[in-house]
Amino acid sequence: MASPTASPTLGRDARPPGPVAATVRPRRRAGLLQGGWARGGGLVVALGVLVLVCLASVAFGAKSIGFRTVLDALFSYDPSMDDHLIIRSLRIPRTLLGIGVGMGLGLAGACMQGVTRNPLADPGIFGVEAGAALAVVIGIFVFGVGSLTGYVWFAFLGAGIASTVVYGLGSLGRGGATPVKLALAGAAMAALLTALTQAVLITDLATLDQFRFWAVGSLAGRDGTIVRQVAPFMAVGVVLALLSGRGLNTLALGDDVARSLGQRVALARATSGLAVIVCSGAAVAAAGPIGFVGLTVPHVARAITGPDYRWILPWSLVLAPSLLLGADVIGRLVVRPGELQVGIVTALLGAPFFIALVRRRKLAEL
Amino acid sequence: MAAVELPAGPGVPHAPTPGTLVLRVPRVGLSTRVQARSVAVTLVVLLAAFLVFAWSLTVGDFPIPLSDVLATLVGRGSEDGDFIIRTLRLPRGLTGLLVGAGFGLAGAIFQRIARNPLASPDIIGINAGAAAAAVFTIVVVSGTSDQVTWGALVGSLATAVAIYLLAYRKGVTGYRLVLVGIGITAMLGSVTSYLLTRAEIYDAQKATVWLTGSLNGRGWEHVRPVTLALVVLVPVAVALARHLRLLEMGDDAARGLGTRVEPVRAALLLTGVALAAVCTASAGPIAFVALVAPQIARRLTGGRTLALLPAAACGALLMTAADLVARRLFAPTELPVGILTAVLGAPYLLYLLARANRVGSGG
Repeated sequence: MASPTASPTLGRDARPPGPVAATVRPRRRAGLLQGGWARGGGLVVALGVLVLVCLASVAFGAKSIGFRTVLDALFSYDPSMDDHLIIRSLRIPRTLLGIGVGMGLGLAGACMQGVTRNPLADPGIFGVEAGAALAVVIGIFVFGVGSLTGYVWFAFLGAGIASTVVYGLGSLGRGGATPVKLALAGAAMAALLTALTQAVLITDLATLDQFRFWAVGSLAGRDGTIVRQVAPFMAVGVVLALLSGRGLNTLALGDDVARSLGQRVALARATSGLAVIVCSGAAVAAAGPIGFVGLTVPHVARAITGPDYRWILPWSLVLAPSLLLGADVIGRLVVRPGELQVGIVTALLGAPFFIALVRRRKLAEL
Repeated sequence: MAAVELPAGPGVPHAPTPGTLVLRVPRVGLSTRVQARSVAVTLVVLLAAFLVFAWSLTVGDFPIPLSDVLATLVGRGSEDGDFIIRTLRLPRGLTGLLVGAGFGLAGAIFQRIARNPLASPDIIGINAGAAAAAVFTIVVVSGTSDQVTWGALVGSLATAVAIYLLAYRKGVTGYRLVLVGIGITAMLGSVTSYLLTRAEIYDAQKATVWLTGSLNGRGWEHVRPVTLALVVLVPVAVALARHLRLLEMGDDAARGLGTRVEPVRAALLLTGVALAAVCTASAGPIAFVALVAPQIARRLTGGRTLALLPAAACGALLMTAADLVARRLFAPTELPVGILTAVLGAPYLLYLLARANRVGSGG
């Protein structure tokens, strides 16, 4: 990965360059870390944090298990011991799922913001989660599906269809998929799908009773099966997303400039669009609609690295699972022996942090 | 690039375009510019809204011909007709009209300040605040419907104040306001979800209906506050609209042209928030009208910016039509109007998007 040099800092209220100002690098405020070494080193530190969070996620839970036992369960597994069983069959799959879902949400958010050049883009606002939710409701209401493993495929299908439709509708008409059109098409679809979901929930009490627990978004009660179901999709999505960094940098210039520099805009859009569909679909399928992670993590990453998507994507990849798993651990500890669902904790924890960030820095306007 | 920008015109952002009339009152120093097309659109859409409203008075489980409706309104109707029209359909229809207009206007103000079509009150937290407070009132306090209305009003106003204060730092930029709003929305939304999982299933159902937004059982007590809000706030919004044009040129340019940027922006936001709060308290957090009405209006007027009054007219039409369909689609079962606003509005917006014949950000 080549290390791009930091972009020059402009005045506080730099107006966006018009189509004439064809600077190849988006002229925006540089991030906190400048230079490839700082960003790469920071990424290693962030990775270390993620490893610590993963350990915490294996060690802490409703039942207190000593650190020795945790290590034993990892390295000298004894199936006859309850504690080992808990670690192996519950906490490790849950942690792996948290890593996967976090990565999926973070990358999907970053790619969406890049493609639509809209800072508010995220799988929740753009209808992907609404599509998954509608599909799950249909699964419960029409097919009587009652298990998480059954929800997964419905959610995945719904998310996939919703994102494809949003993208298709957003690119109709002249000018193709302009940022404004994509944003509006996404919001319109989200509202439409949510309305249809509500229509079913209002008419059928039993469906509402099941659905309201899925709708919060949680990592609890998902066993190894779901991890195995979703893992291949996650892997494909992560690879696609990481490959789309250059393309997203191109899109950030605006289509006209990008084209005049000889970049293939449609290809860049298609790659990251596909990444969005696969990543967010898999994440929502596995854990239910967890808002906020996909929206905020890319902004945090951007504040650290500056506007270069080749850095934003890997940073999002590492930061998002830390946020999600950290929130999950906290949710397990605050109301022991009960739990707060992770979707609630991410919002309650993430929001103040995000607001502080928004206040402190002038975040990049995309 | 700025977040999805509402396009300013080529070169001079607001050069008079053909079809603009400039009205001047000589020696008093009052002048205003009127877009002929946007006036026409406003009138036509309002007329359509009013026709749908009149039609909605006649249909129902107990059909009443229009002549009888008119007779009732001038006090010469039958006793049954009087009751049905005056206590059921008329207040309900009026609430729909007014709430729709209020949402449309609020949406246009927010979207213009933030220069982002996604910055409507339903997305940046005003609705989420109302919803969290209302669901709390339903689930925890088991409040009456009046208490829920008050809860929603207090919730949305408190949320708006919180968003403004959190976004304030040497002034408020539209962009920062939106992001802070999104953060608050996420928080409040998760509180609402959590409350729903802790609720008795019947409370959860009641809350779900309220969350969708409904005009069912709306009476005069709902018409009055919304009327009052519109009577006060529409003139305020129109008076401030000229500053809106300056704000769209950027803060520095606006200052240079003598606008006191921050007070004006605060006043505009307050207007939008008050409208959204009163409307939400009356009809529930009806998503989408505030988002879509200004966008539809802009495409109908063919203007470069979101004109306020056409947006209000579009909101009124969307809401009235949606409620009529919601009442009659599965009669005698009624759907909440909030479902229909999206079902009717979304395809239309998507059609307008697909049909857009301007390249670039005109979409």
